[in-house]
Amino acid sequence: MSGPSTYQPQSGFAKWMERRLPVLGLMHSSFVVFPNPRNLNYWWTFGGILAIFLVIQLVTGIVLAMHYTPHVDFAFNSVEHIMRNVNYGWMLRYLHANGASMFFLAVYIHIFRGLYYGSYKEPREILWILGMIIFLLMMATAFMGYVLPWGQMSFWAATVITNLFTAIPLVGESVTQWLWGGFAVDNPTLNRFYSLHYLLPFAIAGVVMLHIWALHVVGSNNPTGISVKSSQDTLPFHPYFTMKDGFAAVLFLILFAALVFYAPNFLVEPVNYIPADPLVTPPHIVPEWYFLPFYAILRAIPDKLGGVIAMFASIFVLFILPWLDTSKVRSAKYRPLYRQFFWVLVVVCLILGYLGAKPAEGGYIIAARIFTAYYFLHFLVILPVLGLVEKPKERPPSISEAVLAKTKSKGGDAQASAAAQ
Amino acid sequence: MAHSKTSEPTRRDFLYIATGSVAAVGAAAAVWPLIDQMNPDASVLALSSIEIDLSPIAVGQAVTAKWRGKPIFIRRRTEEEIKAAADTPLEDLPDPEPDSARVKKAEWLVMIGICTHLGCVPKGQGIGDARGDWNGWFCPCHGSHYDTSGRIRKGPAPRNLVVPDYAFVEDTTVKIG
Repeated sequence: MSGPSTYQPQSGFAKWMERRLPVLGLMHSSFVVFPNPRNLNYWWTFGGILAIFLVIQLVTGIVLAMHYTPHVDFAFNSVEHIMRNVNYGWMLRYLHANGASMFFLAVYIHIFRGLYYGSYKEPREILWILGMIIFLLMMATAFMGYVLPWGQMSFWAATVITNLFTAIPLVGESVTQWLWGGFAVDNPTLNRFYSLHYLLPFAIAGVVMLHIWALHVVGSNNPTGISVKSSQDTLPFHPYFTMKDGFAAVLFLILFAALVFYAPNFLVEPVNYIPADPLVTPPHIVPEWYFLPFYAILRAIPDKLGGVIAMFASIFVLFILPWLDTSKVRSAKYRPLYRQFFWVLVVVCLILGYLGAKPAEGGYIIAARIFTAYYFLHFLVILPVLGLVEKPKERPPSISEAVLAKTKSKGGDAQASAAAQ
Repeated sequence: MAHSKTSEPTRRDFLYIATGSVAAVGAAAAVWPLIDQMNPDASVLALSSIEIDLSPIAVGQAVTAKWRGKPIFIRRRTEEEIKAAADTPLEDLPDPEPDSARVKKAEWLVMIGICTHLGCVPKGQGIGDARGDWNGWFCPCHGSHYDTSGRIRKGPAPRNLVVPDYAFVEDTTVKIG
């Protein structure tokens, strides 16, 4: 994936290989000498963390599939079989189930990082859109994976989400029956969800490669939002960023391990340990935490089709974000007003998440309507207007000067080392 | 074609378009079985109908049966429930339908027990269930209220609970499907 290729094969085999398939050179230019802005902070480590979690989910998922049975009569018991009988089955399943949560936690941090530092702006529009496609594929994969244990929440999540398609005028009913393979969520549905749950992660891996390719064409954004101007502004990927990413990944994995080994069911609805019953809906249906804000938006609209449209629109609006934000300044660091609105948006999304977990009645619905309206207001009105009225702060002329100015202000020692550089 | 200076289409243009068209039709024909395999299969379509004996059901009681994987709500309505349903002015209803059009015998209400919003099974069949503001059914998922005729009164559901095809084979036996 493009970058300066300075690779000189050393061994006989490497020379032989490089003439035939230059994959070692590709690795070298992409992950060894690739020049990254030298001022990347820890918010930039989540890309690497996400790559690690994709691998964790793929590996644990493939081995779980060796023991799982996708049939309505056996699915629930086969999951319990994994938990009780299969060697390390309990650990593999808890890793996979909690791994999904950690994956979403990392992707939300990664997305909000992009929002704060304007990483979606010219020339990174395609990079951003590929990221959004990955996000959509992740949601589809997570949803179908959640259905597989065939507990009460699995079944009713599948019912509610597939029923979203009945809102489509005219063809809604036939589309939904096509998705189900019947007249309700049943064995054919479980079978195809299993097939697709196995397929989609590989589709994600493919789009991730495009995402990294696009990243390596335009280069990483950075906390100042200023483009790289000279080699003074960059450091090679290895060892500087492999170490930084590695350190952050270790911290994040400690959190993951704490969840898996000390509170494996912390994020699980207990009712999903009751086998699916098509005749009884649990009194309180909630999706997994990472879908709650979207669920709140769905329920906020008093009209069925309207609610479905609003929910999909809340994601689609992110796709067109590069063209909604009219400001030429990327980083919120130099956008005094946008920075405040950014944090308001973060709080609004958290509140929507809270409301999505509450019953759909009374004050909760009214609050959900207000915050849903604000969510769209942020993207469709505030962002376009802000770029026109906001007066950005003065930006440093280059990344290296911004870094040096920071070290200077810290006093003598730092100044000396900066001078030595 | 870049090299062609004449505006007249050539024989080669025709061949390109003809080849492309055949390929497109062929691709569509090859894709259709891959799509259609997901539709309900022959065993699912081979519909069974069920017969339900109503004689053990007392006035005011409700039972739930299963038909095509879906719950069927059967309620033997009380006089007050029938009156409340029949007296409701049609202009109060989001999906106007008179009670008489939804029943074969006023006493027996037979419906598919699936909320027309997003497919949950509403509460109201069991003793002590929340039955909503109109004393019919209440869907806890997203808060839809149904009246004693199973008609939507409040909440996000767009339509009344669906009445399936059914017939009374005897006075106290109903056949669904």
